[in-house]
Amino acid sequence: MVYKSDVWQGTLALMVLNTLKSMGPLHGYGIARRIEQTSGGKLEINYGTLYPSLLRLEQEGYIAGSWGASENNRRARFYKLTVAGRKQLEKETREWNATTEIVARFLAPEES
Amino acid sequence: MRMLQGWLARLLGMFRKDDLGQQVAEEMQSHIEMEIADRVRGGQDEETARREVLMRFHGVDATKERYREQGGVPAIEHFVQDVRYALRAFRKEPSFALTATAVLTLGFIASLTIFALVDAALIKPLPYRDPNHLMFVSSSVEGIGRANISYLDFVDWKKQNKVFSDFDIYRGSGYLLANDRGTELVRGADVSAGFFRTLGVRAALGRDFYDGEDAPQAAPVVMLTHAAWLKRFGGRPDVIGKTIKLDGIDRVIVGVLPGEFHFAPRGGAEFWAPFQPLPTDPCAIRRSCHNLDGVARLKDGVTQQAALADLNLITKQLGDLYPTSNRDRSGNVLPLSEAIVGDLRSILLIMLGGSVLLLVIGCVNVASLLLVRSEGRKREIAVRVALGASPRRLLRQFIAEGVVLAGAASALALAGTHWSLLLIARLVPERVARNMPFLNEVGLSKHVLAASAGLLVAGVVIFSVIPLVRVRLNEMQEGLKQGINASAGRTWRRFAGNLVVLELAITIMLLVGAGLLSQSFYKLLHVDLGFDPEGLVTIGNIVLPDTDYKKPEQVMAVRKRILDAVQQLPGVKSAALTSKMPVDGNGNTTWIRVMGHEYHGEHNEANFRDVSASYFPTLRGRLLKGRFLTEAEDIGMAQVTVINQAFVNKYMPGEDPIGKKIGQPGRGSEVVKEVIGVVEDIRESSLEDHTWPTIYTTDADSTPSLLVRTEMAPESVIPILASTIRDVNPGIGTSDYQTMPERINSSQSAYVHRSSAALVSGFAGTALVLSLVGLYGVIAYSVGRRTREIGIRMALGARRANIYRLVMTEAGWLVCLGLITGVLGAAATSRMVRTLLFGVGSWDARTFAGVIGLLCVTALAASYFPARRAATIDPMNVLRAE
Repeated sequence: MVYKSDVWQGTLALMVLNTLKSMGPLHGYGIARRIEQTSGGKLEINYGTLYPSLLRLEQEGYIAGSWGASENNRRARFYKLTVAGRKQLEKETREWNATTEIVARFLAPEES
Repeated sequence: MRMLQGWLARLLGMFRKDDLGQQVAEEMQSHIEMEIADRVRGGQDEETARREVLMRFHGVDATKERYREQGGVPAIEHFVQDVRYALRAFRKEPSFALTATAVLTLGFIASLTIFALVDAALIKPLPYRDPNHLMFVSSSVEGIGRANISYLDFVDWKKQNKVFSDFDIYRGSGYLLANDRGTELVRGADVSAGFFRTLGVRAALGRDFYDGEDAPQAAPVVMLTHAAWLKRFGGRPDVIGKTIKLDGIDRVIVGVLPGEFHFAPRGGAEFWAPFQPLPTDPCAIRRSCHNLDGVARLKDGVTQQAALADLNLITKQLGDLYPTSNRDRSGNVLPLSEAIVGDLRSILLIMLGGSVLLLVIGCVNVASLLLVRSEGRKREIAVRVALGASPRRLLRQFIAEGVVLAGAASALALAGTHWSLLLIARLVPERVARNMPFLNEVGLSKHVLAASAGLLVAGVVIFSVIPLVRVRLNEMQEGLKQGINASAGRTWRRFAGNLVVLELAITIMLLVGAGLLSQSFYKLLHVDLGFDPEGLVTIGNIVLPDTDYKKPEQVMAVRKRILDAVQQLPGVKSAALTSKMPVDGNGNTTWIRVMGHEYHGEHNEANFRDVSASYFPTLRGRLLKGRFLTEAEDIGMAQVTVINQAFVNKYMPGEDPIGKKIGQPGRGSEVVKEVIGVVEDIRESSLEDHTWPTIYTTDADSTPSLLVRTEMAPESVIPILASTIRDVNPGIGTSDYQTMPERINSSQSAYVHRSSAALVSGFAGTALVLSLVGLYGVIAYSVGRRTREIGIRMALGARRANIYRLVMTEAGWLVCLGLITGVLGAAATSRMVRTLLFGVGSWDARTFAGVIGLLCVTALAASYFPARRAATIDPMNVLRAE
């Protein structure tokens, strides 16, 4: 239980950072929608964990939030990637790739 | 790093909770509105859209809560809440909070103060380089114990030993220093040239002694302590190279010692000079004259035992080579720290034990207060449990209360300890304090702070565990069902009863200790002195300048002039000189033999006292046989001697000593003196020791002590004495003016016994009060709980006497159990204080009986009041209240 949510939280952060990198500044709703789109509708973000996650990333200095106007002229809080966040994203991407590669090797069918 | 930043942000976030809450509320609101708008545009109706969006938040309020938790540090916030709650609860019951804090604070202060002393004296390393390798080296003589070493023996030890990397000697000295008021006697020390390098002490200014500066022909130099430099030279840096006249000799100041330097064996010494074994110094060239102690540094890997074995081997060879002076001697090697702390170790540890016992009693009292309180809170807690408080939450609440109580107590205790240490440092008389240099360094050291933190943690644990034990979960629900009026509390009564038994037992142990120590002190002060101390005024040190008095005849002449001048003074009945003040301690011994006895060079020692003929009449000593010295014999090197009873008992039992001859074979040419009288033992030893065999004769000692018997108020004679001696010769130095009773009272042994008796009595008194309060509390509580039962009993015909008996029996059980445990405990532990006892056994029946009696009477009184309250209960009121 704890293990699952940990992994999920870590992955969610990675997805948030990557989304902000490719899309530029976004508000929470935009981030959630973008992640769901990218996953091809296979993921459904729990908003209840999204916002605490965003706060945590902000506390750690990877993203910075500020109030602005949305496309429909609504007041919304926009998040953008910081320099530290960019570095962290690179680092986590590298680690993620390494991990998946190792796991993939284990799961790959034996070559005959 | 980023983690740290995150936590920092969370910590700061605690202070802007409201901002964060508002921010997330707005943010979520805008999210919800945006998504609804999108969905409506996509064809959903608004209501469905709103419901679905809100569902994806999994509870808006829960999300906000999670957000807030991420925004701060929940553990800290809850704790702050709990502390606030505890403070509020304590404010409602200020008497409980104040009593608990006060009792705890007192307990903490007592133990922290003693611990600070223990830390400074026993734990803190000496201010020397690598102090664990430093050894105190002296010799040991059969039947006497620790003894000084002679210069020639030192030279041989230093040359031949294979165990020390450095080896040096020191001895105390005093100097006559001319000042504007005449002549001052200052404390000094003579050391061999390498002394400070052996200790690893560097001069703060200038240098220490070069090798060879302790040779007889070397130019005289001197080092100053930091204190002497400030006092006498105003801390001027240009003193180096200046000369100072000490004992009429110009000495060049070569260095100033650092401020933190101290050397307790010669505490208070201001001037440190090289020990130069001059050929004119009869002691330096005589192997049988022992006046030095050694300090040595062990080579790496050499143990204390190995060093002692090596010294003993050399000493044995010396004994074969020089049988007349070195027979029956062996080496003595102790860690320097042990030699310095000495007896103080056992005293301090006993004090520490006493203070810890007191602390335990204090904690027990506070714990039982908490128990009473938690009893009263059963309903409150039951309600909180019913409302969903988890056991963890309740434990957190109790911990917060413990933190508040113990935290307040330890903060107050640190301040209190600081003050009590200042007070102690001020109360110790100077002559005692200079042997305890650690008193200057005692304070709130790191160790003391750590100890107080330990007490804090222990306090918190005790205070949070006790209510939890009491208020077990199942009982919490019961409490709700039964309401406050339930007749529960039997378990508690049993538990609190056990605590009271513990308190009483500890109190008995402390009381027995206090009783034994007080009796020892009383006996010590009433020990038979063999002389009459009342009306005696004394000058501890008189130093005749050897520039003026080179020959023995000159010394004898000026000694006589001093005595005559003093005896002329109004109100003075007689005056006498001695080489060592009575009660000052055994020592200054000489090697003797009784002529005519078979003699094979055995080592027989006796105190040697150079006295004026007026010594015995002035002290009012009691003559047993023969006669005293006469004034005609009061010339140097008289051929007659008076001996004490101890001498007769040890060396000439069953003989008539009058007319026998006593020789001193240790001296170069043996001096033989005829015994003309025997006196009852005059206490030449310290109060707790026994007086060794002593021979009294007249000699030409140039550093005598003066005793004056006067009919006037002794205090009024002191200033006249000083000026009288100055009139004889302004170059004579004097110091240490005291009346004899003062001298006895402030002697090291009286001081040690007085302070230990006073401290332990203080502990015991406090313990007695606390445990009686504890007993009273338990009985009163029990009576309170049993009001209904007692009322019914009385309604059914029980009489007052029966009710008294009911209550007193309960108290009696507790007291009996406490007495038995305490007496057993005291019997087991009083052996530990036996090193401090004098004239009383550790199982002294009278003390035990007295303590038991005292406790019974006071405990009876403490339980009488609740019993009376029980007996005056009006049964009608009780029954009506039901």
